[in-house]
Amino acid sequence: MTNQAATATPAAHETGPEPLPHGLGVSLPAADDRAKTEGTFPYAADLWAEGLLWAAVLRSPHPHARILSIDTSHAREMPGVRAVITHEDVPGTPLHGRGRADRPVFASEVVRHHGEPIAAVAADHPDTARMAAAAVIVEYEVLEPVTDPEQAFEAEPLHPDGNLIRHIPLRHGDPDAVGEIVVEGLYRIGRQDPAPIGAEAGLAVPRPDGGVELYIASTDPHSDRDAAAACYGLEPARVKVVVTGVPGASADREDQGFQLALGLLALKTGCPVKLTATREESFLGHAHRHPTLLRYRHHADADGMLVKVEAQILLDAGAYADTSGESLAAAVSFACGPYVVPNAFIEGWAVRTNNPPSGHVRGEGALQVCAAYEAQMDKLAKKLGTDPAELRLRNAMATGDVLPTGQTVTCPAPVAELLQAVRDYPLPALPKDTPEDEWLLPGGPEGAGEPGAVRRGVGYALGMVHMLGAEGADEVSTATVKVHDGVATVLCAAVETGQGFTTLARQIVQETLGIDEVHVAPVDTDQPPAGPSCRGRHTWVSGGAVERAAKMVRTQLLQPLAHKFGMSTELLQITDGKITSYDGVLSTTVTEAMDGKELWATAQCRPHPTEPLDEAGQGDAFVGLAFCAIRAVVDVDIELGSVRVVELALAQDVGRILNPAQLTARIEAGVTQGVGAALTENLRTARGLVRHPDLTGYALPTALDAPDIRIVKLVEERDVVAPFGAKAVSAVPVVTSPAAIASAVRAATGRPVNRLPIRPQAAVVTAQ
Amino acid sequence: MGQREGATGLTTHALQTAQAVTLPVSLDEAVAALSAMPTAVPVAGGTDLMAAVNSGQLRPSALVGLGRISEIRGWQYQDGHALLGAGLTHARMGRPDFAALIPALAAAARAAGPPQIRNAGTLGGNIASAAPTGDALPVLAALEATLIIAGPGGVRREIPVSHLLAGVDMLRGGELIGYVRVPLLHAPQVFLKATGRTGPGRAIASVAVVLDPARRGVRCAVGAIAPMPLRPLDAEAWVAQLIDWDNSRAIVPEALTAFGEYVAAACIPDPVPAEDGSLTPLPPAVLHLRRTVAALARRALGRALS
Repeated sequence: MTNQAATATPAAHETGPEPLPHGLGVSLPAADDRAKTEGTFPYAADLWAEGLLWAAVLRSPHPHARILSIDTSHAREMPGVRAVITHEDVPGTPLHGRGRADRPVFASEVVRHHGEPIAAVAADHPDTARMAAAAVIVEYEVLEPVTDPEQAFEAEPLHPDGNLIRHIPLRHGDPDAVGEIVVEGLYRIGRQDPAPIGAEAGLAVPRPDGGVELYIASTDPHSDRDAAAACYGLEPARVKVVVTGVPGASADREDQGFQLALGLLALKTGCPVKLTATREESFLGHAHRHPTLLRYRHHADADGMLVKVEAQILLDAGAYADTSGESLAAAVSFACGPYVVPNAFIEGWAVRTNNPPSGHVRGEGALQVCAAYEAQMDKLAKKLGTDPAELRLRNAMATGDVLPTGQTVTCPAPVAELLQAVRDYPLPALPKDTPEDEWLLPGGPEGAGEPGAVRRGVGYALGMVHMLGAEGADEVSTATVKVHDGVATVLCAAVETGQGFTTLARQIVQETLGIDEVHVAPVDTDQPPAGPSCRGRHTWVSGGAVERAAKMVRTQLLQPLAHKFGMSTELLQITDGKITSYDGVLSTTVTEAMDGKELWATAQCRPHPTEPLDEAGQGDAFVGLAFCAIRAVVDVDIELGSVRVVELALAQDVGRILNPAQLTARIEAGVTQGVGAALTENLRTARGLVRHPDLTGYALPTALDAPDIRIVKLVEERDVVAPFGAKAVSAVPVVTSPAAIASAVRAATGRPVNRLPIRPQAAVVTAQ
Repeated sequence: MGQREGATGLTTHALQTAQAVTLPVSLDEAVAALSAMPTAVPVAGGTDLMAAVNSGQLRPSALVGLGRISEIRGWQYQDGHALLGAGLTHARMGRPDFAALIPALAAAARAAGPPQIRNAGTLGGNIASAAPTGDALPVLAALEATLIIAGPGGVRREIPVSHLLAGVDMLRGGELIGYVRVPLLHAPQVFLKATGRTGPGRAIASVAVVLDPARRGVRCAVGAIAPMPLRPLDAEAWVAQLIDWDNSRAIVPEALTAFGEYVAAACIPDPVPAEDGSLTPLPPAVLHLRRTVAALARRALGRALS
C-alpha cells in the first residue's frame, strides 16, 4: 500500500490497566495525540521518496502587471534543472478555483496579485530549484493596481469575468419603516490569515499508467483530485490524492495552484517531486479572510426594540473569486445577527481587486458582520441609556423567529439563555483585590504598562454561523464500517484536520457496536467522497454516515441471533464485546456471534436540501445554525493604547456534547483565533504588495495574549435534524470573540472602535 | 517515525547536506578562522542568521560558531566598569545577579522575545545585527557603552557603540565584537518597551533611562523609531537640573510630563513649514508614536526617580 508511507497509521494504543473511556459523551483521547506530541507524526513536509526532485515556484513581484514575455531558457540550461513549466505546459483546463474556475494555474497574460505563480521548476536540489526559478526572465509592463474595493466598481475590468463577483440586494419587510432612534456606523475589518502552523507541502509521484498520485495535506481531497485531473487533462481515475497528516486547517488551508504545479512537474519529469512552501509563499498564495467595509444604520423604537436594519457590505475578494460568493451570502444573511429584525435591507457585494486572494476561513462573512452589528448595538444602548446586555436580551432571537432571508429558525436557538449565562457569571477580580505582582498588565510582563493608566472594560457579543454548505450545496458523505476479528475499521474520506473527526468516528462505532478497538483508515480518493472539512460538516454528515453504517453492521450481526431466538434485534444489546438479550436469557460474545465472518456496511448521510438565495436575498439557504454569547473583560492602557484581554466568558449552543475534552479544546482554539483577529492579526498590504509575510510581522496570539477562557454554559438542546443532535462548535467562537473584545475596549475607553484589528491609537484616550 | 517502506520508496527521512562549521574555543582562534575564510560568517545565537539561512536569503559557505568561546560568555569588573562578554545570552542577562548590576540591560534582555530566543540570542549578536528594534541597543546607547573589537593578530580596539550603530565606524574583515564595556552607575535604570500586544513582540518604541548620580546626569535613549537609538541630549540636560539630587532625587510631576514631551518632540520633530508657510500636520500614526514615546519617557524617568 503506497499510502502507508504518507499517512499515519499510529501503532495500537497501549492498553493500560485502566480501561479507556469509550462511546459518545466521554473524553476519548485522539489516537494520534501521542505521535503528534512527540513529533513523530509525519506531515506532508516530512515525506521523501527515492530519487525525488525539488520544486520551486516563481511568483509575481507585482500586484498587477501585463506579462510581455517569459524566457525560461536560462533556467532550463542550469545544471540539475529537470523541468521548467509555464502556462504553455498545462495540458488540460488552464483555469481552476474553488468556488468558480477563474484563476490560471500559471499567469499567462497578466498577473493580478502579488505572489501569483508564473512558472515552476523541478531540480535535483531545493537551492537549484529556487535559483532556477529566479533565473526565469519575465518582462512585465507594470499596471496600476486596484487595491481599494470601492474603486473596483468603476475600474477597468481586472479579469474577463469582470470585477463584480456577486451582488446580493436583500430586501425583507417594509422599506419605509423608521424607528425613533437611529444609529449609524462605518466599520472596517482587516485581512486575517488562517496561518496554519505547517505551510503547504506535498509530494507528487508519477504512476506507470501515466497518472499521478498527490500526497498532500488536502482538506477536500476529491475536489482537489478533480481540479488536478482537469488541469492535467487526465481522467479523474488516473489521479489519486492521498491525504497526509494535516498540520492545522481553519480554512481551505492549501493554495490549490501549488498542488497543481506539483503534479504537472511529476508528470513532466517522470520523477517524484516534492514542494514545500516557505512561510512567505504560504502567506501570499492561500486564501485569507475577506477584508470588509461595512456601513450600517439601525432603527429602534423608544424601548430599544429593533425596527429596521439597513446595511451595505463590501467584501474584498482579492484577485480571484474563490468562495467569495458563499462568504457574501453568509455576511448578508447574518448581517443583523441573532436578533429579531422585522425589516432588513442589506446590500452586499464581493468585488475583485489586486489584493491577496480571499476565500473560506472559518466564520467567513459572519465574523465581519458580527463586529459591525454588535458595535451598532453598543451605539444604540448608549443612545438609549440602556444596559448593553439588557438591550441585546430584549431583541434576542429564538426558535421560530425569521431570518432576514425569510428562513424560519427551526433549530434550537437559545440566544437569550446564552447571554444571561455570561452576563450573570461573576466578573474576574479587580487588580486592587489581588496582589499587584500577579496582575498581568497590558503590554505583558516586561512591558511598559502602568497601573494608573489602565482602565477595565466589559463588553458583550452574540454571534451566529451556519453549519454545512449553504444555498443548495449537495452535502453528502459516505462511510464504510468493517468488523472483523473483534476490531472495527472506519473508511471515510473525511479528513482529520485536528477537528477530531477520527476520534468522533471511533466513539460512534464504540457506541453502536460495543467494540472498543476501532481504527480509522487513512484517507485517499479511492474512497467515495465525503466533501470538504469545514463548517462542522464532518460531525454532521460524515458522523451521520458512520453511525448509519455501524447500525447496518449491528443489524447484520444481530439478525441471525434474533431470528434464532425469535426476538427482534432491538431487544439485544452489545456492551463490552458481549451480546445480551433484554431478559438475560441470551448471552454470547461478539467474536462468537461473528463466527470468523467479516461484516461490511456502507452508508450515506445527506441532510435536507437547501435553496439558493433569490434576487431579493430570500430563501431557505441554511441547513442549521449555531449560536454563541461571549462576555469580554479587557484592560486597556489608555495612554499607550495597549489592550490585554483578561477574560472571555462564553456560553454556546452545542446541541449535544459528544466529546467534552475535544469540545473544550475546539472552543478555546476558536476564541483565541478571534483574539488574534481582534488585536493583532492583519496581513497588511501597501498598494497591493504584501508587507511582512512572516510570523514576526504577522503576530499570532501567544499564551500570554490568550485570555482566561471560561466556558460558562454549554446548552445541550438537541437539534433534531442533526445526527446525534450535535452542532458544529469551532466556528462560532471565532466569529463572536472579536466583536466582544471590541465592545469591551469601547466600554473601557469610550472610543468608537470601528476597526478590526483594534489599533493602539484607537484605544488611546487623550486628555481634555 | 524513521524509515518507512512502501512501493515507491517513500520515507519521512530527508537527507542532510554537509556544511563547513568551525568551532573555535578562544576569541583569537575565532578571529584567525574568520581571517582564513573571508566568506565565512560568524554565528552566535543564530536567532537572526538562521532565519535568513532558512528562508534562503543567506547561504554562507562556512560558519564560525562562537558558542564555545567561554571567555565571552560571562563578565568581569574593570575599574568601575563591567566588561560584558559578547556571548552573554539574553536569558543570562535577565537573571537577578545581572539585574543588580545593570538593571536596564537586564530588563531589556527579559523583554527581548520569547524564552527560546532569549536562551539563544546574545548581546553581541544584538549589536552586530543592529536591527532598529534590538532591545539592548537603546540601553547601551544610554549607558554610552564601548565595544572592544578583536582583530587579527591579537589586536584589540575600542569604539563607542553609537559609532558602530551609526555606521561611523564599521567592523573590518576578520573582526569580532569581543566585549562590551559598560559603566557601573549604582543608580536606578529603567527600560520600557511598547509592543502593542501582551505576548513577546518587537518594540513599536522603547525608552531607556539611566541615572548617573556622580555626574548628576540623566541619560536617555529612544529605540525602535529610527534605524539607530536616538539620544535627546537637550532634554537630558534640561531635566537633570530640575532634579533635587541631594533630596532623594525629588522632582515635580509636571517636570516628568514636560520631559516626556521634550523627548518625544526631539525624536519626532514637528514638520518644517513649507516655503509658503503652510504646515502639513504629522499623520495620525506618527502622532500616536510621538504620544507613545512621551508616555514611555515620562514613565521611565518617573520610575527611575521614585
